Amino acid sequence: MEPLIRVENLVIRHTRQAFGGRASAFTAVDSVSFSISPGATLALVGESGSGKSSLARCLACLQPATSGGIWFEGRDLAALPEEKLRAVRPRLQLIFQDPAASLNPRWTVLRIVAEPLLIEGRSPALEREARAAQLLARVGITAEYLQSQPGELSGGQRQRVAIARALILQPALLILDEVLSALDCSVQAQIANLLVELQRAANLTYLFITHDLRMAAHLAGEIAVMSAGKIVEQGPAGKILRDPRSSQAQSLVQAAAPEAELVEAGSEP
Amino acid sequence: MELRHVLEVRNLRVAYARRSGGVWHALNGVSFRVGAGEILGVLGESGSGKSTLALSLLHLLPGNGRITGGEILLNGADVVEMDAIQLRRLRGSGISMVFQEASLALHPTMRIGDQVGEVLRAHQGLSKRERVARTREILGKVFRDDVERIFSAYPHQLSGGQQQRALIGQAIACEPAVVVADEPTAALDSTTQKGILALFQSLRDKLGIAFLFITHNAALLAGFADRVLVLYAGKVAELGPAHGVLSSPQHPYTQALLSCLPPHNNDAAGRGRPALLPVIAGAPPSLAVLSQGCSFEPRCESRMELCRAHEPSAAQLGHRHEVACLKFPAAAV
Repeated sequence: MEPLIRVENLVIRHTRQAFGGRASAFTAVDSVSFSISPGATLALVGESGSGKSSLARCLACLQPATSGGIWFEGRDLAALPEEKLRAVRPRLQLIFQDPAASLNPRWTVLRIVAEPLLIEGRSPALEREARAAQLLARVGITAEYLQSQPGELSGGQRQRVAIARALILQPALLILDEVLSALDCSVQAQIANLLVELQRAANLTYLFITHDLRMAAHLAGEIAVMSAGKIVEQGPAGKILRDPRSSQAQSLVQAAAPEAELVEAGSEP
Repeated sequence: MELRHVLEVRNLRVAYARRSGGVWHALNGVSFRVGAGEILGVLGESGSGKSTLALSLLHLLPGNGRITGGEILLNGADVVEMDAIQLRRLRGSGISMVFQEASLALHPTMRIGDQVGEVLRAHQGLSKRERVARTREILGKVFRDDVERIFSAYPHQLSGGQQQRALIGQAIACEPAVVVADEPTAALDSTTQKGILALFQSLRDKLGIAFLFITHNAALLAGFADRVLVLYAGKVAELGPAHGVLSSPQHPYTQALLSCLPPHNNDAAGRGRPALLPVIAGAPPSLAVLSQGCSFEPRCESRMELCRAHEPSAAQLGHRHEVACLKFPAAAV
């Protein structure tokens, strides 16, 4: 099957400049390659600073790649001019870790979810709101909350709103950047279940970015372990859990194991 | 062997005044004891009252929060009754706190050595030279190496894990009896987290400090805490040895909470579509009005007729394991 998204030798460099110092280049993502089939989930697991979020932002066309290619639904995004990207963006949506920061605090839930339709500019106001309300109901936000502002909702409800906003333009790919990390365990389970149900119903493709190996193994068929900008190990989730080969994957598996022996390692770098 | 208790909380109640008028009952009769050198894990979700508990132990509640009842006995002295001068002496030397966001808790323009030394200056009348020497010694306890660099570094020059270690250094500087740590590892990634947990254990072993480790993440407590206290709606749902509570929980809430975690030895991982995880139906109750019966009753899978009308008290099950649930007849008294 033709993959929905294929990333080849992707490199992302940031320029770093300290106050009064010389600018220096920093490689956040270093020759990363992977592909995801339609309807599948790839989990990208790694410690903070490993380049996961840079990669997510680049795939969502929020940040240009330094080199390499991203083929999405057959088109090379890196080579596409800005005006053509507008047509691609609705198909590929990014959801962030902290819905309190990614939702406009002064808008109602209904307006937040209907807004992408307005920007897309094809449907009349009444239809936009009806579709937004329908989708909100689908993700578990009932009619009584439509006129609420994000501040009046719980963390789990806000993440549901963020998911509805991402889904309203009927994307093929959702990039989920630590979307469960800020939630309580019982709410994590509810949102994880919602993601599973939505994927089943609409054949969505997920890139699930996380540092939680247990949740990654639960949701994804395949896991890629990222460290210092590189994918150091990639394979079926079960295999990575049972038989991690790289030292980075081994330490993640060990950290995820319950009752693991606590050994005081040296100070962090 | 019974431990000497350094901290005893009896029937603690805390309420906040709300802007809209009315009261929010954050803690509703919490009782527990902590032995010298014991690690007590406090497990709870948002709104369970776990941060309120942490703040009230140091009498640091915000202006609209008030301790409305109960006692907090630290080495026998009641923190609730203390005046400002007594409290100032107590905080840092008798009981201290490690906050979640080390980058916010540390002073951004003070060197680490000075920040740790400041705690000593506030509580111990040492000369400057003695203070510097003592600070180096403290940093040596929380950092394995690099003590000299860290002594003169500013917080922004340290990694998140190192900042958290510096904060722990401040908290243990005067070797208090109890250190309260409110989600100290939530902002760190999993391998750094394990290092910090190991540090707490070694400080407990070397200095005999008791730790109250507050978290929403049950997975952190296994293999780390000695006992676990589960908070729900400002009450103790379950309290007992960590292994017992985490591997064979007795309270329906603890059972439901732990079953929400994705399985750890996942044989089905990666094969076909993922299954749905068990969830707890509904949401935690509003604490604006106290319910008459058990606060978990509306969401409980094994609720009974009497749960709605009777508030359960703690039923003792075996050795130091208590459960506030009417499934156990002893809880009905």
